[in-house]
Amino acid sequence: MNIHEYQAKELLKEYKIAIQDGFVVSEVSAADAAITAVQQQFNTQAVVIKAQIHAGGRGKGGGVKFCPDTASAKQAVESILGMNLVTHQTGPDGQLVRQVLVAQALDIQFEYYVAITLDRSTGCPVVMVSTEGGVDIETVAAETPDKITRVVVDPVVGLRAFQARHLAGSLGLSGDVYKQAIAFFIKLYCCYEAADASLIEVNPLVVTDDNQLVALDAKFNFDDNALYRQKTIASQRDTHEEDPSEVEASKHNLNYVKLDGTVGCMVNGAGLAMATMDIIKFEGGEPANFLDVGGGANVETVKQGFSIILSDPNVKAILVNIFGGIVRCDRVANGIVQAVSELNLSVPVVVRLEGTNASVAKTILDKSGVSIISATTLEDAAQKVVQAAS
Amino acid sequence: MAILVDNESRIIVQGITGSEGSFHAEQCLAYGSNIVGGVTPGKGGQSVLEGVPVFNTCYDARQSVQANVSLIFVPAPFAAEAIMEAADAGIELVVCITEGIPVRDMIMVKAYLKNKQTRLIGPNCPGLLTPEQAKVGIMPGFIAKPGRIGVVSKSGTLTYEAVYQIGRVGLGQSTCVGIGGDPIIGTSMLEVLTLFDADPLTDAVVLIGEIGGSMEIEAAEYVQQHGKKPVIGFIAGETAPPGRRMGHAGAIVSGADESAAAKKAIMRSSGIVVVDSPAGIGEAVAQQLQTA
Repeated sequence: MNIHEYQAKELLKEYKIAIQDGFVVSEVSAADAAITAVQQQFNTQAVVIKAQIHAGGRGKGGGVKFCPDTASAKQAVESILGMNLVTHQTGPDGQLVRQVLVAQALDIQFEYYVAITLDRSTGCPVVMVSTEGGVDIETVAAETPDKITRVVVDPVVGLRAFQARHLAGSLGLSGDVYKQAIAFFIKLYCCYEAADASLIEVNPLVVTDDNQLVALDAKFNFDDNALYRQKTIASQRDTHEEDPSEVEASKHNLNYVKLDGTVGCMVNGAGLAMATMDIIKFEGGEPANFLDVGGGANVETVKQGFSIILSDPNVKAILVNIFGGIVRCDRVANGIVQAVSELNLSVPVVVRLEGTNASVAKTILDKSGVSIISATTLEDAAQKVVQAAS
Repeated sequence: MAILVDNESRIIVQGITGSEGSFHAEQCLAYGSNIVGGVTPGKGGQSVLEGVPVFNTCYDARQSVQANVSLIFVPAPFAAEAIMEAADAGIELVVCITEGIPVRDMIMVKAYLKNKQTRLIGPNCPGLLTPEQAKVGIMPGFIAKPGRIGVVSKSGTLTYEAVYQIGRVGLGQSTCVGIGGDPIIGTSMLEVLTLFDADPLTDAVVLIGEIGGSMEIEAAEYVQQHGKKPVIGFIAGETAPPGRRMGHAGAIVSGADESAAAKKAIMRSSGIVVVDSPAGIGEAVAQQLQTA
């Protein structure tokens, strides 16, 4: 799960980390009050208006504006709030801006990049810093990897002061800012651990003209498996930021990811679901989605699965590929029969059921009289569905 | 003996009185696995599934029935605790089926196991199956038959597909190992591959990976430098868009070398026979054995 910048900054504030502060506005009518409040509280005339969407690249897309005075600030709120912001992470459709952060403007000397995430090779958290702040870190990693310093944390003892000193030193910091950075890294790690984050990115972390270390931006990803014990964070989920069909699917314990092709697929298990997408492509088609109906596939989940797949108008044919282990194929077959008859399917459906009770399932499908294309092997199923979609 | 489990394994099921644990323990028993007990805190002294004794702790189970394998079906919030308990009791092999364990918990488990002799398989995996000897997990037993092909996979149902295809070309399996698709797992692909390479009853290995992580790359490096047996590989997720999570928490492409195409290229250059179509796994195995 992701949260917005303003929510991320609130979380950092709880850990006494200095942030670029401000107020959130969701209606233009509240802009004046927020702008005045920021100007007074932070003793500044200039403010920054920042679109609050989860996707990165907001600045380049025109979602972040520096405003030297009240009038320009108000104008920026009016133009950004309600805009459809397109960035390299939103896709071509963009994302509607429902909230803006009216933030204090800071005079900046230096910008740095800081992130904490899981190092899968060691199974430990890793802190990464770079002097190349404010830019795309993937580019830095690809072109100048030596500009990134990595410190792997032993989870038993946490991030130690000597490691924080190493990180601060690698950024070339000295004096009071160096001390601030050491405290910052340790607090940030505590936050990462306690919040069950899977990623914290502070990009940029800045040093202001008056030598204060401040988190200018903050991005969090959280471990979905831990949300049951992170109630406050879980309550900050913004479903506007997610694909509506994916939100609908998650309500029914279905794992759905929409893609751009024309062949819908319904599969049990994530690995087999990916492999099914792959074989559709291999046979010359394009998958329209990833859909894992999980281990508890029954009549109801199969029906829901069909509805979600069909909510995508690009779908020209559907492949159901179930390898029954715990899932019983006869239950899936009943679900298919019901869905096909109740949902008035207008696209061809290719069905391949293998494993537990597959022969019973075949009888159910044959006797039902519903119009489906039956397939035997994975290859046979893929060829038939690709042909049906073309 | 194939690898990891056989008909002499003394298996306990942690969470045996829960609905999942009870259902699958029964399935494992029916397959012929040597289930010698179960553990549910507070329910020690009971007997379930026609004579399987329940213990309060893994220590009791270890002492009373000399358990050396534990199969875990404990719910996610308590599963990390269950793994550590089994390890502390000295159980040599722990197979954790539980899905949805928080990463932070697994980070601590991984650190805890460093100083223990215990091997962990999983979590979020289908477990182990040595055909006609022991099923320690949730794989459907009927698809497998005894043979000399080792199977190691990150996935559940895709493993079943591979096992099924191996059967269709008239071959069988020494052991099938589902290592799990989470970002942090107990036993890597490389470790299982090493076990298969050393196992006299395994002639070839099927390695099923997916996008995300670098486990397949490690395995490929091993094959290139030390591999003694043919390895046939498949990587799921060629069509998965970067940055999107595909069901498995680990199945997300976050770096260039984690894409399916990059992994396949490295595997091929290391001498692994990589199939592009997931339908071609069985045939590729048969071909390799003919040419070997």
